[in-house]
Amino acid sequence: MAFGLIKYGLSPSYPGKRFLSRQPELKSSYDVVIIGGGGHGLACAYYLAKNHGVKNVAVLEKGYIGGGNTGRNTAIIRSNYLTPEGVAFYDESVRLFQGLSEDLDFNILYTERGHFTLAHTDAAMRTSRWRAEVNKHLGVNSEVVDREDLRKLVPCMNLSEDVRHPVLGALYHPPGSIARHDAVAWGYAGRAAELGVEIHQGTEVTGLEIEGGRITGVVTNRGHVGCGKAMQAVAGLSGVMAAKAGFKLPIRTVPLQACVSMPLKPFLDPIIVSGSLHIYISQGSRGELVMGGSTDPYPRYQTRSTLDFMEGLMAHILELFPFLADVPVLRQWAGMTDMTPDFSPVMGETPVKNYYIDSGWGTWGFKATPVCGKRMAETIATARVPELLQPFRLSRFEEYHLVGEKGAASVGH
Amino acid sequence: MTSRLPEPFGALIDRSKPVSFSFEGRNVQGFKGDTIASALLANGVTMLSRSFKYHRPRGPLTMAGHDGNTLVQIGSEPNRQADRVPITSGLKVTGINYWGSLEHDRFALLGKVDRFLPVGFYYKAFYKPRWMWPYWEKLIRRVAGLGVVDLHSHHGYFDKEYLFCDVMVVGGGPAGLESALAASDAGGEVILVDENRMLGGSLNYARFDAAGERAKIERARLVAAVEARSNIRVMTETICNGAYSDNWYPLVRGNRLYKLRAGETVIAVGSYEQPLIFRNNDVPGVMLGSAVQRLIRLYGVKPGSRAVVAAANDDAYGVALDLLDAGIEVACVTDLRSDPPSAPLADAVLKKRVPVVAGSTIYEVESGSEGRGVRAVRLAKVTSEGQAAAKGDSFACDLVAVSTGYAPMAPLISQSGGTFAYDAASSMLAICSLPDHVIAAGSLNGAYALDATLEDGRRAGFEATRNSQPASAAVPTVRADKGAAGITYPFPIFSHPRGKDFVDLDEDVQVKDLEHAMLEGYEHIELLKRFTTNGMGPSQGRNSSMPAVRLAARTLKQSIDATGTTTSRPPVMQVKMGHLAGRSFEPVRYTAMHFRHLEAGAKMMSAGLWMRPEFYGDHARRAELIRAEAKNVRENVGMIDVSTLGGLDVRGPDAAEFLNRMYTFAYTKQPVGRSRYVLMTDQAGVITDDGVACRFHDDWFYVTATTSGVDAVYRQMLWYNAQWRLKVDITNVTAAYAGVNVAGPNARAVLQKICTDADLSKEAFPYMGVREATVAGIRSLLLRVGFVGELGYEVHVPASEGEALWDALMEAGKESGIRPFGVEAQRVLRLEKGHIIVSQDTDGLTNPLEADMAWAIAKTKPFFVGMRSIEIQSKQPLTRKLVGFEITDRTQPMPKECHLVVRGREITGRVTSITDSPAVGKIIGLAYVALDQSEPGKTFEIKVDGGKLVSAVVVKLPFYDPDSKRQEL
Repeated sequence: MAFGLIKYGLSPSYPGKRFLSRQPELKSSYDVVIIGGGGHGLACAYYLAKNHGVKNVAVLEKGYIGGGNTGRNTAIIRSNYLTPEGVAFYDESVRLFQGLSEDLDFNILYTERGHFTLAHTDAAMRTSRWRAEVNKHLGVNSEVVDREDLRKLVPCMNLSEDVRHPVLGALYHPPGSIARHDAVAWGYAGRAAELGVEIHQGTEVTGLEIEGGRITGVVTNRGHVGCGKAMQAVAGLSGVMAAKAGFKLPIRTVPLQACVSMPLKPFLDPIIVSGSLHIYISQGSRGELVMGGSTDPYPRYQTRSTLDFMEGLMAHILELFPFLADVPVLRQWAGMTDMTPDFSPVMGETPVKNYYIDSGWGTWGFKATPVCGKRMAETIATARVPELLQPFRLSRFEEYHLVGEKGAASVGH
Repeated sequence: MTSRLPEPFGALIDRSKPVSFSFEGRNVQGFKGDTIASALLANGVTMLSRSFKYHRPRGPLTMAGHDGNTLVQIGSEPNRQADRVPITSGLKVTGINYWGSLEHDRFALLGKVDRFLPVGFYYKAFYKPRWMWPYWEKLIRRVAGLGVVDLHSHHGYFDKEYLFCDVMVVGGGPAGLESALAASDAGGEVILVDENRMLGGSLNYARFDAAGERAKIERARLVAAVEARSNIRVMTETICNGAYSDNWYPLVRGNRLYKLRAGETVIAVGSYEQPLIFRNNDVPGVMLGSAVQRLIRLYGVKPGSRAVVAAANDDAYGVALDLLDAGIEVACVTDLRSDPPSAPLADAVLKKRVPVVAGSTIYEVESGSEGRGVRAVRLAKVTSEGQAAAKGDSFACDLVAVSTGYAPMAPLISQSGGTFAYDAASSMLAICSLPDHVIAAGSLNGAYALDATLEDGRRAGFEATRNSQPASAAVPTVRADKGAAGITYPFPIFSHPRGKDFVDLDEDVQVKDLEHAMLEGYEHIELLKRFTTNGMGPSQGRNSSMPAVRLAARTLKQSIDATGTTTSRPPVMQVKMGHLAGRSFEPVRYTAMHFRHLEAGAKMMSAGLWMRPEFYGDHARRAELIRAEAKNVRENVGMIDVSTLGGLDVRGPDAAEFLNRMYTFAYTKQPVGRSRYVLMTDQAGVITDDGVACRFHDDWFYVTATTSGVDAVYRQMLWYNAQWRLKVDITNVTAAYAGVNVAGPNARAVLQKICTDADLSKEAFPYMGVREATVAGIRSLLLRVGFVGELGYEVHVPASEGEALWDALMEAGKESGIRPFGVEAQRVLRLEKGHIIVSQDTDGLTNPLEADMAWAIAKTKPFFVGMRSIEIQSKQPLTRKLVGFEITDRTQPMPKECHLVVRGREITGRVTSITDSPAVGKIIGLAYVALDQSEPGKTFEIKVDGGKLVSAVVVKLPFYDPDSKRQEL
């Protein structure tokens, strides 16, 4: 038995500590207001307090913490991107993730499983090699493997040529991992609150107060709150919030669906992704298969499930894993993804002074939680955008300096 | 041991047909019509599974597929519901999730150390030191998980069917039957869906009157009436498994998924009976009252010999009466209500001298060894909400039936967009709003008294057909008192100082776990769910969600509505992945000449949805054969199937104007009988496709597109013209034409042999010319194009004539030594000419300037898609450029496509295409390089496998036939 649990067995009263206050009174103003209590907003609050001593911070969340895309994604973590900018950014995130349980004193169940991006066409094999080469050049562990390698590495997968889309090979990324998404939000919330950050659930920001091109406060369903600086981290509604600030984002918001099976005894260690088949699948620690596919074909702000999605996803998963035909599906859900034209996020400054943005997270936001939190905190605290984030600035779209990551998106869009 | 009741008990079983199957390796006998669970109970087997966390013995709770206690492994099928799956001869059933055997599970030790496993324990430990976690994780994974996947199991047959109807009624109970009849009166097509084998719903097992006659009479009346209607299609054993976006209802029956769309949907699925929470409420033998009734009435199983009934409504007394009818002694009825009102069933029970203890709850169950069965029940006086006094009397028994309340079966309503709010009068959620075309009826709609249920069904059926009713027709009335009040106990949770008072049996969540989670701050109902996993298990909160809400509301001193509920998501019931997948229906596209390629020994490769020949001949000689195919084109004549190339017919007076806007080049002055290169960019100026536009008439262009790009190009064309409204018709004719490119110095000679009505001479039919002509007697479109850099003709014919064309060309070229060439040889040939392949030599950001294709941009036109972006970019310095390169030093390893161009740490580009050119005699390729590396003569380094750097020199394109004389012969 692990030592951390002994006190629970021996203590006369329950020794668990409260990590989140009920709903504290809102102060009239804060140094920093963070709009959105998902993983990103909470991480940013934590690093503001921990790394920069900025503790007069409020995180305003309209629902409950981690209830947006933090709690809806399929919790895959990897850094096998295509552009040098992307690889460097996500690599720092992976490194932070590796020590995050200790840092937060909360087990986020971060587990290295290995990540395979399957290639079914020679074009996909080329993209795999491109990614592998960029990764290796920047010190990230990725390798192109062929069908024979896959037979050894993922023996249960159907590698027959007698299927609609035979597997030719894959991009293998050994550091690919999964974690418990909720735990990341809770861990950050707990430690941030310990350091003095206020977390307000059920607090919706309905308007922004901008004077002389500078943010001065936010209007909430619980009244006005002044602020020196503010950041929006509201994946799924980034465009809506930016509109309140008076600027436009090159973002289309598209639903993305996922599902889980009933729990099964472990049989699949690695994370398997196929861009051509539009699927990804991994088996979580509880034994459930976590499965996802491509985004819905059209933009909309809603999270209803579609049957089409399930039919397509399952047909393709069964091509790779035909023995799963009798496995029951338990639950299907959806999140709203903010898709950018170049499949990279938008972080940093905005046309409104002291108003920062953390958006454009499409289908790749969870894996960036620690690095984005840490670097956005640095941006807000020092008023300087770190080099790591500069390529992802909002103005890149006007400047045609895009960070093209479409080729590294896990599935088609 | 058998405990079957005589007929008329057991409406579903056929006693003349014994069926043998095995459970945990032991032979078990049941009857046709039994489920696995009913047959096991009939044989005295009460433990079907072990619980998820503590591995406690578990038996059936609901007998309706609404709990996770009955999950078993059936052969290679994991996690099947024993209380829903019918037995068949030879079925091999085993338990799941144990170490040792179901009977002796070594993991049961976990139950003894549970105080060291607090709620969310895995978040609180195992991560220090860091290196230990992978070991813990492996262990946790092994202990978690339920059934086992057989990696070698066969993918069985599943299929799909579409269904449409005017009205779908979901639920074949009293409300659903009445609804279907009422809807059928209006004359439309009605589909009545029920998950059970027998229509009737609760009429089949519940008791509505002391004599127990009413249900039989109503059922007989309703079922006979429904069966007599020709416009009602009855689908039993069919689960309506979700209410999806776009009005899709998936119906699962056998191995088929029906996809149904209905004009109106009446949802009359009823309600879930809800458990009572007390210590050891999970021991096998503790069941819902409705489960006991189902066992007795449907399966003729005597679930025990002496029972205690926990009651909070009159239905519980119906259970007691059923028990008595079945010869089961009722030790007592403990009624949670302090002053149970007089009611028909209660009065009948009292008359039978059954002891009734009012104002008391079950405090705990005393179980047999290791929790294997009920030995006795200890009662306690209810003192206040959720509070009971010190222990009361104990009653020996082996069965506990709990009937203390209900919850509406909300999933279909919630998924379709309907909402619920808490109704304090009935202590249940009640429908608050419904979306259009969805109607609720029966107990789901709060109509619990049988007469109200029947009336509500008629009302719903009428409303579903309102538009076909005469305007004067009045909506059938439903009595005001629908019987919902007083049947659900407001706080059915009695925690115990020693715990094991399970709120969620799937996940072994006890009352204290929820309380502790809230103490830690997980107070929002979604956080509470996510942290404790309450409601996340196989039964998705059917039994545990509402108690958790009640507990949270009380702990947090807020209303149920303020507490909220968790979201209901599809599927309603677990569904196999195979059902959703159906039969594979992703067609492979073959060209008209596909079988000729196979006959010629082609190795086929996929190209989008199509199959194309990669090369012809023995795989072992791949490289040699590709070179030979290429050589034959350069020196003689070859032919390639280009049918997969996209073909778009653009016709109309504005055709040229349309192309002028869609593509970068100029088309308004393009002469008839000529083709021109087309390059498409998107709004960001990124290259998305290329091809040629052939002008056959003033108002007719035949435009080619890439194999993988044509669908997107076609979509873009329609999308833009929906805005521009130009006078053009755009048709994707890709599959309508088969095409062959005949290329090589002898191409003209070969083609002229079978082309009877066109002069193919250079003068009459120059390079980039297009003609309509007859080839081998087939009306054809002839295109003189030069992708491979030799004299060449593309012949496009109706797809039905493709094979004939192929054969005629092969025959005509026989003397010259014509041979087919594949995609690989074509790639070599085009690279020698420096032609790009869009998506191989371009990426998601490549603009025409970087690709060195400024020549393809018309300078003087007012607009094309992407023009603004390209103009802006043309004013900025280029950051990279696509160049041709060669490697002369053959001692160096040959780079591969997508190897990087590097300069120290910096990545300046990548190789996009490379080949060992037979015609040039060097290794040649295309690569992106930094601008200062892009001048011919400059060298740059390519990082190849193993990290070695290989030097390459930039050369001017094309590599082969620099003056392009050969293609213009």
